[in-house]
Amino acid sequence: MSKYRHAIVVGASSGIGRELALLLAETGCRVAAVARRSDRLEELERAHPDHVFGVVHDVVAFDDVPGLFVETTGRLGGLDLVVYCSGVMPEVGPSEFDFAKDRSMIEVNALGAVAWLNEAAIRFQNTKSGTIVGIGSVAGERGRVGQPVYNASKAFLHTYLEALRNRLSKYGVTVTTIKPGPVQTEMTARLNLAGAMPAKDAARLILAKAPLGRDCFLKPTHRLIFWIIRNFPTRLFRKLKV
Amino acid sequence: MEVPSNQRIGEAMGFGMVVKGDGYWYRPTSIDGVLEVFDVARRSGRKVVQRGAGRSYGDAAILPEGLILDLRRMNNILAWDPTSGLITVEAGATIEQIWRHTLEDGWWPPVVSGTMYPTLGGALAMNIHGKNAYCKGTIGEHVTEVEVITPSGQRLNLTPDDDAFYEAISSAGLLGVITRATLQMTRVSSGDLRVLPLSCANWEEQFACMERFEGDADYMVGWVDAFAKGKSCGRGLFHAAWYLDEPAERPSSLRMDHQDLPDTILGFFPKSMVWRYLKKLNNRWGMRKINWAKYTSSRLLGHGKPHPQSLVAFSFLLDYVPNWQNAYLPGGFIQYQSFVPKEHARMVFAEQFRMQQEARLESFLAVFKRHRSDRFLLSHGVDGYSLALDFKVTERSWPEVRRLAHRMNDLVLEAGGRFYLAKDATLRPEDARAYLGEETLARLRARKAEWDPEGLLSSAQAERLGLV
Repeated sequence: MSKYRHAIVVGASSGIGRELALLLAETGCRVAAVARRSDRLEELERAHPDHVFGVVHDVVAFDDVPGLFVETTGRLGGLDLVVYCSGVMPEVGPSEFDFAKDRSMIEVNALGAVAWLNEAAIRFQNTKSGTIVGIGSVAGERGRVGQPVYNASKAFLHTYLEALRNRLSKYGVTVTTIKPGPVQTEMTARLNLAGAMPAKDAARLILAKAPLGRDCFLKPTHRLIFWIIRNFPTRLFRKLKV
Repeated sequence: MEVPSNQRIGEAMGFGMVVKGDGYWYRPTSIDGVLEVFDVARRSGRKVVQRGAGRSYGDAAILPEGLILDLRRMNNILAWDPTSGLITVEAGATIEQIWRHTLEDGWWPPVVSGTMYPTLGGALAMNIHGKNAYCKGTIGEHVTEVEVITPSGQRLNLTPDDDAFYEAISSAGLLGVITRATLQMTRVSSGDLRVLPLSCANWEEQFACMERFEGDADYMVGWVDAFAKGKSCGRGLFHAAWYLDEPAERPSSLRMDHQDLPDTILGFFPKSMVWRYLKKLNNRWGMRKINWAKYTSSRLLGHGKPHPQSLVAFSFLLDYVPNWQNAYLPGGFIQYQSFVPKEHARMVFAEQFRMQQEARLESFLAVFKRHRSDRFLLSHGVDGYSLALDFKVTERSWPEVRRLAHRMNDLVLEAGGRFYLAKDATLRPEDARAYLGEETLARLRARKAEWDPEGLLSSAQAERLGLV
């Protein structure tokens, strides 16, 4: 059962963000669902007209964020949870270096998070309460051959969130980094991931772990597996096809 | 639409720490600054809540996502005349600032709350009373002039000859901003009172004490043990107090060092630590024992023996233990105070105790006072008695505490009683309508339409009760 009463979910039009918005609304939380695609937001509003309202916004419009943040908290009537879920992972070939794709990942996965979560940090530092959740990824644990900039953008997010946690814990603010493994979402659909977790299950676990205020994997085995991967000697790691 | 800066957001809560609401803080130092806050409200489509020292127990000085007009920086003492006893201050000046300024000249505030920290503006917004409510009424009755700034931009000077005076004072900050007031202080020749403690075995004796001294004493207050049942129900300790006459010119009792409370107990135990120890006992078991011990010691020690006590020590009992409210952390507490006409008070208070005991939610502190009625708009005064009850709140008990309060409300309303917005956190809209009456609400709306036609002034409480 969620104790959150007013939440902002950034990146709520699909995947984990959408499921989080629905789940929070089901527990009676008022949710501001932030995303680019207005038709998807209208769907969410229709599902929970008393609890969800959509905020149409492209997270790369960084300059709009400070004003939009305050406007949104005003419409919500308060704020105790902010979840940043926006993320992109365009297909990148094994020897492709495409700056446009790389830039979009940095802008959506990293800079958008900083724009939104900086505002959340300002507010929660002053109100001495609140929870910030960032959706990172196990992909941020190592730089790998398949997705150099996606890996780097998630590593950025992990480090940024860790720093926020260290800054804000003395004000009673909780900052939680979620590092999901493969999850069935639109972003990962083309990858045909075997054994990927349904987004709804991921959302349920994320809400359960949100109050923990640390780095969280969604599967107990991931903690061990990614500890090994993180500490795998670089000379051997480069020979692997992961 | 413009938005207030995120940097201004801050935590705000009632003194009881149960209700919270984050808002955007504005702390003007001038009337222009006050008007500027209303402009921000207009441009951003937000409402404004007035706040002084934040000593209202409930949600009267909070408004989630609203603009918080904090008047504490407007706290200058503008004029003091030691011959007439008239003091003019800005609304953010506290009761403490006022008595410290006047006492050495032999003047004491006519009405004070149980703590010296409220601002005069807040005290007038709620029209507070003290332990002399039965003979001196509310603080508004001792004001000779107030300056009110309305959200529509008028700057008014109101005196007791104006009808609006009785509306600006007592209207919980919903009509206009009191920025300045002139208060008639009370002459005292000593900084001490003569205090007579009388131990009372039950409600009969408590009421008998009040009736015996109401024509004579300058202050009266009763402490009641809310855990006692049956024949002992209502047992406690009554205090009457009188101003003392000291023939000496400028007696030393008027000096600060005579009034200031020591910051240790028995000379070594720091008072700042006390709430942490109190917290350990702040449960039904511990408080039953403390109430019993206080009553038992009242029978054995001091019963019927008058003694001198400084004005500060007698008046500001709540300040004796610094930050005592923290003993109620993490859940906080509410204070439930009802005002009941004298014919029905005994029955209502005894029944309120029975309901609490049945619900196993006894008040940890119960205070009993005598009152009189007054002509202020959102008045809490009745010709009768009040009983103030502190209830501990936890996340789990909050719905039960509210249910208990609602059951007690029904009793109070049936007896023609009233409530007090400075304390309230649990009234339902229908309770407020019932005790205030349609005529009062119509007057409130009419004045609001004149002074605040855009409805900029509000509060979480006013929204909860449907007052705005």
